[in-house]
Formats: sequence, structure tokens, C-alpha cells
Amino acid sequence: MLFFLNVLTSGLLAGLMYAMVAIGFVLIYKASGVFNFAQGSMVLFAALTFVTLNEHGLPFWAAFPLTIVVMIAGAVLIERLVLRPLVNRNPNTLFMATLGLSFVIEGLAQLLLGTDVHQLDLGIDDIPVSVLGLQISAFDLFASAIAVALVAVLAVLFSKTRMGISLRAVADDTLAAQSIGIRLPRIWRIVWSVSGFVALVAGLLWGARQGVQFSLSLVVLKAMPVLIIGGFSSIPGAIVGGLLVGATENLADIYIGPLVQGSVSTWFAYILAVGFLLIRPAGLFGESAIERV
Amino acid sequence: MKLSKTLALFSALLLGATSLATLPSLAAEHDGEQLYPLFSYRTGPYAPSGIPQWGGIRDYFNYINEVKGGVDGVKIFVQECETAYTVERAFECYERFKNGYAGAPVAALFTTSSGFDAAVSEKARADKLPVVSVAGGREDAVDGNVFPYQFPLLFDYWTESSIVIDYIAKQVGGYDKLKGLKIATVYHDSGYGRDTIEPLAILSKKYGFEDIQIPVPHPGEQQQAQWQQIKEAGADWVFFRAWGVMTPVGIKTAARVGFPADHIIGDIWSGSEEDVKPAGAAATNYLAVSVYSPGVDFKISQELKKDIIDPGKSDLKDTSKFGSVYYNAGLVTAIIYVETLRTGHKKFGNRPLTPAEGEWALEHLDITAQRIEEIGATGLLSPLKVTAADHEGSPAAKIQQWDGKAWHPLTDWLNGDRALFHDAIFAKAAAYAKEKNLPPRDATN
Amino acid sequence: MSALVSSVQPANLARREGAPLVSLNRIAFVLALAAIYVVVPLIGNDYWLNSLVIPTVVMGLAGVGLNLLTGYAGLVSLGSAAFMSIGAFSAYNLLLRAPFLPLPLALIVAGFVAAAAGVIFGLPSLRIKGFYLSASTLGAQFFFEWLFTNFHWFSNNSMSLTISAPRLEFSGYNLTSPAGRYLLVVVTTGLLVWLARNIVNSRIGRDWMAIRDMDTAAAVAGIPIASRKLLAYGVSSFFCGIAGALWAFAYLGTADAHAFDLDKSFQILFIVIIGGSASLFGNFLGAAFIVLTPIVLDLIVLWWNLTDYVDQGSLTNLLRIIFGLIIILLLIKEPDGLSSLIGRLARRLAAWPLRI
Repeated sequence: MLFFLNVLTSGLLAGLMYAMVAIGFVLIYKASGVFNFAQGSMVLFAALTFVTLNEHGLPFWAAFPLTIVVMIAGAVLIERLVLRPLVNRNPNTLFMATLGLSFVIEGLAQLLLGTDVHQLDLGIDDIPVSVLGLQISAFDLFASAIAVALVAVLAVLFSKTRMGISLRAVADDTLAAQSIGIRLPRIWRIVWSVSGFVALVAGLLWGARQGVQFSLSLVVLKAMPVLIIGGFSSIPGAIVGGLLVGATENLADIYIGPLVQGSVSTWFAYILAVGFLLIRPAGLFGESAIERV
Repeated sequence: MKLSKTLALFSALLLGATSLATLPSLAAEHDGEQLYPLFSYRTGPYAPSGIPQWGGIRDYFNYINEVKGGVDGVKIFVQECETAYTVERAFECYERFKNGYAGAPVAALFTTSSGFDAAVSEKARADKLPVVSVAGGREDAVDGNVFPYQFPLLFDYWTESSIVIDYIAKQVGGYDKLKGLKIATVYHDSGYGRDTIEPLAILSKKYGFEDIQIPVPHPGEQQQAQWQQIKEAGADWVFFRAWGVMTPVGIKTAARVGFPADHIIGDIWSGSEEDVKPAGAAATNYLAVSVYSPGVDFKISQELKKDIIDPGKSDLKDTSKFGSVYYNAGLVTAIIYVETLRTGHKKFGNRPLTPAEGEWALEHLDITAQRIEEIGATGLLSPLKVTAADHEGSPAAKIQQWDGKAWHPLTDWLNGDRALFHDAIFAKAAAYAKEKNLPPRDATN
Repeated sequence: MSALVSSVQPANLARREGAPLVSLNRIAFVLALAAIYVVVPLIGNDYWLNSLVIPTVVMGLAGVGLNLLTGYAGLVSLGSAAFMSIGAFSAYNLLLRAPFLPLPLALIVAGFVAAAAGVIFGLPSLRIKGFYLSASTLGAQFFFEWLFTNFHWFSNNSMSLTISAPRLEFSGYNLTSPAGRYLLVVVTTGLLVWLARNIVNSRIGRDWMAIRDMDTAAAVAGIPIASRKLLAYGVSSFFCGIAGALWAFAYLGTADAHAFDLDKSFQILFIVIIGGSASLFGNFLGAAFIVLTPIVLDLIVLWWNLTDYVDQGSLTNLLRIIFGLIIILLLIKEPDGLSSLIGRLARRLAAWPLRI
């Protein structure tokens, strides 16, 4: 039983790490209807920039905002060069454009910042501490706290600020939002910047665990089922989806894996996602569109 | 009118395409040189393991060409082809270079990934091009009678398994103490990773330890469940067959669940600086099997430093990689290649070798301890003798330990118990020959 | 009902290709046929066939498969490569375990196995819409990659988990030479494209397009939505399955499950979008783009000896950036894909030197 609980909690905590990546997707999907496959590359780029600055002697408090500035500059460029010319195209085209974008970002990251593996130490040891008899990593607790804080900040931002309200208007009905004077390009720039910031946070947490290296860009694969279960357009959905995926994946690997002599976690989350979708076709927290003929 | 224009457009296209295809074969400016097609990956998740290797290979060739005037006067002409670690791109590279390039013939093809190595097997047989996979490649290809064109030289994962068990036996006080011990293998869930399931089953049957096999799905950035399983099962030792990002994540996760790093023995591809540095303090005392000894104290390294690194002629952008595990891996690969050419030159004369001559040279490769001393690679490379029947040579490896800053060898060359697997491996090769209907080969030439 | 359907169809056609194009298309078609079956095998060398032509044609065929689903029926799939792998592994096991089966029949049966899997993974489409639908096909993508890696039976307990063509022959002719494999690929593709064309122009194709344009309206008009959607998944997977078998045996020669990974699925989607949605010919343009662009970039480096000026690592990453930029640029400049670009070029050529 204790083992089961240990597996469950570590899965849940791992799920929060997935959710961190998924939130970046959600922001962009909400505001521009783009499934941004380049989010993984942004995670890589942000983390690499930070580590490179850090290794050149900049302390955390200087490197962090500087990286944010870089990400904002990137967001402005992406909006101007990719999104604006592609406005009102079908979602598949936009998805493909972000795939092209991911090549560009990955190429740039490796060209400018190198392909080395960097160690990133955030000062939190990744060692187990005992909480109520459960073995929980101190780092996981730290990461979860960050995730919760991030979601809280975003929630306040979206519900209280003018920018957040216009963002929700855009997400609700783009045309109507434009007609009341909300400038779409500005919203996009802001949203891509915020998701660049989220990418940085996710990149630092993941990078501290696995080293800052190219593989960081592969975390998108983990975020996809999270998004599908939680809904593409809901931040709380991303968190709940992350928890669900993390926990079931961990449990499935331990309890189902041995039955088939293999690890099932690569696909299990997707099958789970399909199951959820059959019950709620727009994800747990997604809004289902009303169709008119 | 429409017709003629379309026709014109079409023929122009065809003409353009044909010229595109035939252009490379026209130039012959590298006549008299030996082509070494380097199937690199300088981009993508495995680039950190790749780049130092290409550095080692290119620097040694550079040294041979510029300082030694080539191999017996024959210059090595390196053509790099980026594969991004995908099989498809590697195939395109293969087709591009299999017949040589710009007048330089190819004597042997050195593969750089397990996936491509497995996939190219039959193409190479059809093209009669020897394929060398240094410390990798399919296990049953050691049977030169069934696989005349494949050379899994230097090391293999079956021998590695027995070396690991041998080391553990020594730590616990003898082979008889293995009984009842729990040894878990955590492997990358791929052909490469699964290669050790069978030898460990054989070893476990012989010595009575409990064999636990735990797969990690590619790429392995999340291993919580697996290491909790290991902890739960009460494993005493872990043989860690990882690749790429899976290594640091595994080491860190082991620390998270409280499994001691000095009881984890990494695979030869999980034992480089790039593998342990990202894991930080968690990797201190971590062990690994080492075929490629790191360091810059070898005589050859000193010469490279003097003639290539210091004058700024190195392929490495970041010369701190000089002497790293992967750099020295490249070095070993390059040395083996050069020695192969030398072997061939003795029989065929000092000129570029054809694939058939390359195959002969590989099958008669004999790098003795004395020769290794002459090269200046003592301690870097173990003696290697290949025959027509045995395409691997004599595998040997050390066990090394990471002290938080550098790798240190704990043992001398260990040979493992390759004889134990002989029957199983050759039975596999025979089964393959039967499935493919291959005639027995006359390997007397 | 039929009035509605038929009113959807010509409007669509007219929008896609201008009227004067039809005869030009015919001529181009005949010429292309001649070039494909006679000229190419005659002038193409090994490298040309093995690394450029065969992969382009096979990927184009896979593109046709996905285009039937995405371009015509408006359904999403991110798992085309999974269905290719099903085709490849089925064909392998059929040829291996049923030695009496001739190659074409084995390919067709393999296609049907893939089709069955396609229908199963298409079932969620009856309830789920839009991008969420990608979940089930993504699931298929990862599931089959795992299945064929995890269970050795599928690769006949091969040590490297790879499969290779057990026998590539048809009525006594050995097809293992580059020209033989090329002919196998082109003949199969030719037949399948003909089949696809007829499906698209049939009632099924019209129903698909009606569903794509607005499925609620199509349902009101009495089109059996459920069965048509599943059929779309089935037919699409059938094409992908055969393409997969060709990819494994006629192109790679040896393949494992990872030859059909997510990247491959994305590539096929690329082909459809860059080639042109709801265009059969466009898929081959898209495939040519995806297969050839990285190689051409590489060859440019080789011929101009660019490595003398820029180091190899930077160059590799530069090429990656350029490839990404070309993709984005194409998507921006050619909303309807390469097929419409070629159409425009042909029209301009027909009117040359006058400008239109």
C-alpha cells in the first residue's frame, strides 16, 4: 500500500511538471487557435539562453529577466513574421507553420548556444524527504509550488487585468473582439511572450532535472495527452490533465508494464485521453462549440 | 503550342534533375585518396555524444594526413554527411558514398548509430561493402561466415554483461556469492537496449542471481516508476543500459529514490562526461563500463595536442572536449580505420583500397600490443585481432568511476566470458542464415 | 439532397483549378506517364532511384492516403506513420508465413489489415471533432511503435527488431534491383492513384467533401455520416498501409518500428498541406519537397565546398534553420499548396509571352 501511494504521489508530482509545459500551449491556443508545436523548442531555447548567461557569470536575478527579454523579442518576431501573414488560415496550416518554426528555433539555439549538455543547479536538492511516511523529492515539492504559483498568477492576470479580459474576449469570439477595438497582434505578442516566460520556467525545472540539452524540446510529447485530456483552452484543465496523466502513467508502468514485458507509458496516456474524450468530446475543461447550420 | 511548351518545361526539369544526379561522379579531384564517409549527427538530441566523436575522428585523420603524410602516403579524404540520427538520412548518405566520391573509393563504412547499423545489414551484403560498427552492431554478426560484410569490432553488449557480472562478483567476494543477489538491468527500450536480456538470462542461470529486467521508454526523460520498482524489488546492483538523456535522468532518479550511485554500472554509452555532468552531485561514485578511456596523457594525445589542437586545427569548437570519453572514442575509431588501411596496403600496395580489399584488410586486422605502443595508444586501445570467422576481435573493457570531476579506471582491461555465449550467438547466426537461405561461405581466401 | 451535394462539388472543383487547365493536365499527365515508366528507369542511376525517386513516390502515396482523409473528408490524423507500419509489418509477416501468397496479394491484404486498424482508431471520430480527434491517431502512433518493438513475433524474433523484404518478386521476376523496386513502386502507386481518383469522383468522394464542408448540413441532407467517416479512415489507412510496405521493402530494404515514428506522420501531414489539400497530384510535389529539400541543401554544401568556410556543426544547424524558413515561407506564400503554384505556372506558360 505504501508503495502504491509512493508511486501515486510521485506520478502526480511528475504530472505537474508536464502541466508546466502544457500551460504554454494552452495560452497560445486560447488566444490564437494555434496548436504551437514549437513550445518544446521554446522551452529548450529559453533554458539554454538562461544557462549560457548564467555560465558567463550572470547571477540568477540578472540572467532570468534577461532571458525573459530575449523571449519577448522572440515573441514579437514570431508574431510579425509568422502569425500575422498566416492570420485566418486553417488550424492544420498553422500547426505546420509552428513545426517549421520549431526547426528554426532549434537550429538557432544550437547554432548560437551550442549543443553541449549543461548542468543547471537551482539550489534545491533532488533528494527524498519523508512526508507522512511517503518518500517525496524536495525538488518535486519545490516544482509543484512553482506550478501552483504560476497558475495563480496567470489566473489573476486573466481575470483582473484589462489585458486578460481582452484576451478572453479574443478567445471567445475573435471577430467580435476585433470589432470592439481589441488589437489582435498586440494580444498575440503578449500571449506569446507570456508563454515564452512559462517556457522558461518549465525549461529551468526540467533542465535542473535532466540537464539543459536538446532533449528538453521532446517534453512536448509528454504535454500532448495532458492537453487533450484537459482541453486545449483551459489552464486548470492543464493542471488536472497533468495530474491524471502523471499518476496513471506511473501506475500503468508499474502494474501493467510487467504483464506485457515492456513500458506502456509512451501510449497509455493517449488511450486514456481518448477514453476521456468519448465522455467529454472537448476535453475535461474545454468549451464545446455550438454548431449552427 | 501548349503542348510544346509543357514539353519544354518537362524536359528542362528532367535535364536539370539528371545533371543534378550525375554531377558528383564527374569530378575526380580526389583521385588517389581514400574516402572516409562520416555519418555524423551534429544536431538533435544525440549531438552532444556525437560532436566530440567526430572531433576525435577528424583530428586523427588530420594528423595522419598533415604530419604523417597520409597512411603509407595515401591521404584520407573525409566527407561528412549529416544524418540527424535518423535512418533515412543515413540511407541517403549511404547511397551517396557507397561507390566512392570524386575519384576516392570507399574501403569500409563505419556506422554511427545502432538503428542504421541494423538497417544497412542487407544493403551492405548486396553491395558487398564492409560495414564496421565499433563497439556496437548486431551481436550475431561476429560470425564472419554468415555476415561476411559486417564487423562489430572491439566490443559487444553480451561480453559487457559478463564483465559487469564479473565486476559485481569481485565486489561481493566471488562468483559463489552471486547466488540470491538481485541484479536489475534498466535498459533503453530499443534493439540496442534489449540486446542484454539474453546474455543476462544465461548468466543468471549459471550463477544463480536474480535477473530483473526493467525497460525505459525512449527517450527516457521520466524514470520515476522504473526506479521505484527497483527500490521496491530490493535490487542490489543496477546495470544501466542507457543512451542520451536517459543517463543523467536515471542517475538523478536513482538518487531521488535513494539508490546508491556506486551500485549502478553504466553501459559504455552511458559513461561519458556528457552523461554524468548534468546529473550533478548525484553522479558522484557512479560506475560505468569503459572501452574508451578518457584522458590526454596517452602519447598520441600529446602529439595531437602539439600538432592539431594547439595550432587551432582541431575540428572541436570547444577544445575542452579534447580527451573526453567520446573524443577518445572517435580517436579509437580512427586508429582502427588507419590500421585497417595499413593492413590492406601490405597486401595490395600503397593505394586507396576498394571495398573488397577493405574487407580483406578488416579480416586480417591484427593490432598487437606492440603496434599499439608504436601508435602511442597504450591504455587507450586494447589489442585487436580479427579473423574471417570472428569479426569482433578480442573484446575488453575497464570499469571506471566518476568522482564528481573526472573518470578514474578502477580495473585494468577485463575480458569477460565470451566463450559462455559462443553457442547461443552462433546458433543465432545460423538461424539467420537459414531464414535468409544464405549459402555457407568459403572463408579461406 | 442530391441537389445540395452536386452543388457543393463543381464549385469546389472550379475554385481549385481553372477551367483551361483541364486539357493541359491531360497532356501533362500523358507526358508524365511516359517519363515515369520509360525515361526515368533508362536515365536514372542507382543513387537517383534509391535516394530520390523511390522515397518521393512512396511518400507521395502516403500523402495521397492522408489527403483522402484530411483534404477530402476533413478529418484529422497525426498517426499516418502508424498505419504505414501496420502495412509494413503485415506484409512482412504475410510474405514470411504464407509463402504461397504472391507479392501483390500480400500488399493488398496488408493494406486491408491497416484499413481495419484505421477504422478502429477512427471510431472516436464519430463523437470527437477538430484537433481533439488527433488524440486517437496519436495514440495509434505511439501504440503501434511500441507494439512492433515490444513483441518480437512481429519481426520474427530478429535480434535487431528489424524486418526486411523476405522476397521481392512477381511472377518469376526478381524486383530487388533499383530499377525493379522502382517499377514496383511506380506501378503500385499508379494503380492506387487511379483508384483514389475514382473514389474522389464517385459518390463517396462527394459525400466526404460534403462532410468536410459542414457535417451537420451533410447529415441533414441524409448522408450517412458515421459510415462515411469510418470509410474515410479505412481507405486512408489502406493507402498508408501499402505505402508503408513499399517504404520498408522497396525503399529502406530493412526497417524497424522507429522508421515510422511521429516525425514521419508529421512529414506526411506536411506533404498534404504543402502539396495542396484535396489534390492528388499535389501530394507528389509535397513529397518531392520534403524528401529533396534537405538533400539539395546538403549537396549545395558539398559542391561549393562550403565546409571550407563555415564549420560543419554551424552549417548543419544553418541548413535546419533554412529548411524551417522555407516551410514557413511556403505556407505563407502558397495557401493552396504547391499544386496551385504549378497550376499558375502552367497557365502563365500557356499564355507566354502574354501576361495574365
